[in-house]
Amino acid sequence: MKITHIIALIVIAVAVGIIVSTAGDASTYVTFNEAEVMAKDGDGKSIHVVGKLKKDPAGQILGMAYNPVIDANRFEFLLIDNNNREQKVVYSNPKPQDFDKSEQVVVIGQMQGNYFQCEKILMKCPSKYENGKFEVKEATAKKV
Amino acid sequence: MTIGNFGHLSVIVSFVTALVATFAYYKATTLKANALEAQTWKSFARKAYYVHAAAIVSVVITLFTIICTHRFDYYYAWDNSSLSSPVQYLISCFWRGQEGSFLLWMLWQALLGLLLIRLNRFSDAKTSSENIAWEAPVMTVYVLVQVFLTSMILGVVIPGLDFKIGSTPFLTLREAMPNAAFLQMNPDFIPKDGQGLNPLLQNYWMVIHPPTLFMGFALACVPFAYLMAGLWQKKFTEWLRPALPWALVAGVVLGTGILMGGYWAYETLSFNSYWSWDPVENAVYVPWLVLIAAFHTMLIAKKNAAALKASIILIIAQFVLLLYSTFLARSGILGNASVHSFTDLGLSGQLLIYLFTFIGVSVLVSARSWKFLPVDKDEVSPYSREFWLFMGATVLCLASFQVLLPTSIPVWNKIVEGFGGVSNLAPPTDAASYYSKFQLWFFAVVTILTGVGQYFWWKRVQKGKMQDLLTPAWIALFISAIVIAFAKVNKPEYMVLLTASVFALVANATIIFGILRGNYRLSGGAVTHIGVAMMLIGILFSSGYQKTISLNNSGLAIFNDESFQKNDNKENKENVLLWLSQPTRMGEYMLTYRGPRIEIRDVPQYVPRPWVELIEGDFHAVCLQDIETGGKVYHKKGDTVAVYPENVYYEVEYREPSGQIVTLYPRVQTNKTMGTVVSPDIKKEANKDLFSFVSMVPNNPDEEEWGKTEQHRVAIQDTFFINDYVAVLESVGRTEQVEGVKLTNNDIAVQANIRILDREREYVVSPTFAINQDRMVLRKPEVNDALGLRIQFFEIDPKTGQFTFTTNSKQRDYIVLKVVEKPLINLLWLGTLVLIVGFTMAVVRRFRDFTNQRAKGVA
Repeated sequence: MKITHIIALIVIAVAVGIIVSTAGDASTYVTFNEAEVMAKDGDGKSIHVVGKLKKDPAGQILGMAYNPVIDANRFEFLLIDNNNREQKVVYSNPKPQDFDKSEQVVVIGQMQGNYFQCEKILMKCPSKYENGKFEVKEATAKKV
Repeated sequence: MTIGNFGHLSVIVSFVTALVATFAYYKATTLKANALEAQTWKSFARKAYYVHAAAIVSVVITLFTIICTHRFDYYYAWDNSSLSSPVQYLISCFWRGQEGSFLLWMLWQALLGLLLIRLNRFSDAKTSSENIAWEAPVMTVYVLVQVFLTSMILGVVIPGLDFKIGSTPFLTLREAMPNAAFLQMNPDFIPKDGQGLNPLLQNYWMVIHPPTLFMGFALACVPFAYLMAGLWQKKFTEWLRPALPWALVAGVVLGTGILMGGYWAYETLSFNSYWSWDPVENAVYVPWLVLIAAFHTMLIAKKNAAALKASIILIIAQFVLLLYSTFLARSGILGNASVHSFTDLGLSGQLLIYLFTFIGVSVLVSARSWKFLPVDKDEVSPYSREFWLFMGATVLCLASFQVLLPTSIPVWNKIVEGFGGVSNLAPPTDAASYYSKFQLWFFAVVTILTGVGQYFWWKRVQKGKMQDLLTPAWIALFISAIVIAFAKVNKPEYMVLLTASVFALVANATIIFGILRGNYRLSGGAVTHIGVAMMLIGILFSSGYQKTISLNNSGLAIFNDESFQKNDNKENKENVLLWLSQPTRMGEYMLTYRGPRIEIRDVPQYVPRPWVELIEGDFHAVCLQDIETGGKVYHKKGDTVAVYPENVYYEVEYREPSGQIVTLYPRVQTNKTMGTVVSPDIKKEANKDLFSFVSMVPNNPDEEEWGKTEQHRVAIQDTFFINDYVAVLESVGRTEQVEGVKLTNNDIAVQANIRILDREREYVVSPTFAINQDRMVLRKPEVNDALGLRIQFFEIDPKTGQFTFTTNSKQRDYIVLKVVEKPLINLLWLGTLVLIVGFTMAVVRRFRDFTNQRAKGVA
């Protein structure tokens, strides 16, 4: 076998490896129910859940807890996913700015027991100037 | 004619002339048999192109005039600028919108076209037009790209079909938003002020980053045009020489543009990084890597057919990938996946058409030429320079492929949906660690190849003499071992990357000093490679070994659930709470939060926020006291000053162990379009950066409400409790002065001094009580922000000698701060400079090569 062939084979192998790993490492959009099943099966992969904040008829957010004086790094809130399942979410970081204004929230993380531990929050806040358009904001729990 | 109409007319002229020039150049190319006629077409094409370039310049000037003269009756000016934009940043308003950034790209492309004509004119004139006439075919391709670009801002709707061609920046408000409520009430309404430039972009890097990037875009088109022209005219290898310097220039300019963006992000955003692997960033990184791979194969393509074929594929790929990145960034397809906000102008269809047109045409042209391309007789030997350069290019391509795939996940989802399927793939959650774990290995290999490649390139190594490479390898291993031991590099992959980078440093340095003897003309490649190695070491330490030093030691015992305990309790305890004026220890530093500050435009230092009162909805503020900093009074009380109302700076004092004090001002910006944006302030030291940003601020201390009133009846030297603080009434005495009140002779004012003990220090609060001859009582309260207390001297009881004070308390002012130490980050920036210098040296050499050959009439 010629050396170019060996190299070509290696290149193809690496390329296939990249494709497989991309498919394998990609996260998915799921609901809390699916997330729970995944957690029970011991699948520790981070997943995306799209949901809305729980609000009372007056538009006040319910079930949100953040007390920086006690612990600046713990923020809890309730999220209702597209199947209308309500779920406590814990974010081990300061409360993201403008969280109160967000309409739709994407949480990224995994279920842990009775709550969803999230590493990253994506918020869609209604933009003041462009009707019907949303601005996406991001908050991340940095792992340093 | 209104200025907008003039602008729009210029756009149309530029589009039409681009079309005409393309056609005329095409004729000039194909009419080779008839030299005279071809010459006529060519000079006609040139004239058309000059008109085109003039029209583009006119479009740019018109739009810029609209922005600078604050013509808010035009949507673009209203949407992207405002009266408050400082003059130096009005220029960024120009390319804030999509149309403006397209225009920037076009402007560069138009100007470069003039240069291309000029450069080729010499070569065309000196050689027989039959042999090497590059101008006509190259410009046909090049101006065709320009036709597509200008159509992006054409803003013409084809009647009947609901299809918009381009989006013009010259729409009036009424045309842009026919349904807006305020325009329906009064169609002639002209807003007094615009929406304003996103204040995040009011930064000098944002003035130079986009032009540099788009210049790179325009430059990258030139080698593509040469390639297409070469294949078209069956000059299968001749295109390489004139295209090579352009490919190198494109590489250095595009790279500089990308890195400028990274530096801006590092300074401005609290993403904590210069590179966040955001899809929009990746989309430019991918073609850049391919471009670099391309000019490496171009170096050897003359002698090696495989490299020629690779160069053809890669030059096409880098151009198409740039178009693809434009599509990704501007079509809105990334949606949730990116934090870069681009409004969708409804042009994704048009962008897709261009993308597929250029893919189709270039594949067709190269497929047609494929059988004419030379074939290698012998297999490439692993002891040749060709082999190693090829390896380097291959690894670079694999690296770019690895980034391209996950970046395209949103596109994949759309395609699956297009075929009626359901795809719920989401991009990797932790982008930085995901991409890094792959890129690290690719770059470890690439850096080793830079060293090996240079050795082979300069013929140091021949078959059976591989031991030449052993010396730098041993030196590299030795140095790396020392660094690994002393810097405590503990991860195997980091050890590999470090060793690879050190090897590249040693090998390339040996080449420069050993073989080239410092000949700067030939050292471009080696210098660039040294830059890359330095950057990698900088990235390795600043990212791999960054350390959060704002650890919250007090909070450890508060929560005991699993998420807080894992990773040694450290993982989520990375913020420190700073009370106003209360020193807190952080690592070796003593930190004190001094309060919020605001920036007055003509005052060099930030001033305390309470010194001024902002005027709602304006960028001015009224001074509540004299503005005095550094011993100079800048404004008197009552003056109106221009400020940056959106920014609040939090003054934090760092006291080093040596006693030296450094003050940092991390910023929180209330951004109209993006909400609250946090920017760091960076304490730069030679060997590390301290990257500090505010991760949480209380809403607004001024708006916070006072708690319920408490009454204290005490005698002098009594001890009492105010909101859990121990307080002692030290003394009560007559005073002649009460701030803000004019006392007359008959007035009596009494001041109490109350000592209040906080944990680490004590404060004296002195409320006053005044009474005038009409027995009118004035009780001037004293506020202490650090304690969150307000104390009022309420009553004096002469019979018992007791004094009554009323107190209110509120949440004390505080911030939550996060501080990350980034070791050796300066090596990254230094490496970047070295890379740019090396690149430029290579450009100069290859360009000189090109002009020399041109003079001889060969190129």
